[in-house]
Amino acid sequence: MADQATFSEQAMPLMDSLYGAALRMTRNKSDAEDLVQEAYLKAYRGFGGFEQGTNLKAWMYRILTNTYINIYRAKKRRPDETDLAEVEDLYLYRRLGGLEGATAGRSAEDELLDLFTESEIKDALESLPENFRMAVLLADVEGFAYKEIADILDIPIGTVMSRLHRGRKGLQKQLYEFAVARGLAEPEPADDEQSIPETTGS
Amino acid sequence: MSDSTDMSDDLGDAHENCSETLHELYHFLDGELTDDKRAAIQLHLEECPPCFEAFDFEAEIKAYIASKCQEKSPDSLRARIAEAIGHEPPA
Repeated sequence: MADQATFSEQAMPLMDSLYGAALRMTRNKSDAEDLVQEAYLKAYRGFGGFEQGTNLKAWMYRILTNTYINIYRAKKRRPDETDLAEVEDLYLYRRLGGLEGATAGRSAEDELLDLFTESEIKDALESLPENFRMAVLLADVEGFAYKEIADILDIPIGTVMSRLHRGRKGLQKQLYEFAVARGLAEPEPADDEQSIPETTGS
Repeated sequence: MSDSTDMSDDLGDAHENCSETLHELYHFLDGELTDDKRAAIQLHLEECPPCFEAFDFEAEIKAYIASKCQEKSPDSLRARIAEAIGHEPPA
């Protein structure tokens, strides 16, 4: 039975986190508020089906995600299946990692703080195509385990891992572009690595 | 800005251990490894500064993203939801 007091006591403290996720999903405040409210109402109505002792946060995220998909994806003709360009591993580290220790006595976190503003981090995450954005959001912002993400998004664990892997690289590439735009990093050289095999003539 | 070609020479390709370690980087940071695997990677990181640096960098970014994406839900939303739930019939 959906006890109002029990639900409020357990679910209301999760609101900041759910609202944050809703903002990253919808990319605007008013839609995010509507989404969170709708998800809470659905959760309340379905609370009788929630098994006490299991992970309420993951359960709420699943409802939030489904609500988002039902409401907002329905507005579009097609789901946002945009793909991400292939990006090499450790994209940002290979370009910015050398900053560490450049100024002695400062931690890597301080260096990153200087490089990227809060809104750049949010924009970079929000720039990812939906599938990738959700995976990165759930893993890196909310700290869900792969299995939990698989349950929330209703996809296999292998898909979670590949979306995460590519989503993170895409996010790093976007961050690097912000750094370049602000003149903090060198632009990437034009893509002319045709890797012409060296043929040593006889 | 450091020379990135130097770094890629240090990273990964040189030793089999390094490429295996880097392959598991995010599984390690995400806490998705078995204790044995975790311990093996920990051991490698202690003796391999280039891998350690790369892990450290990625860990910082992961933490940084999380810290910058925290939001506070508006009080008005909280009130609106509490009220809406109050109007729901008890199930």
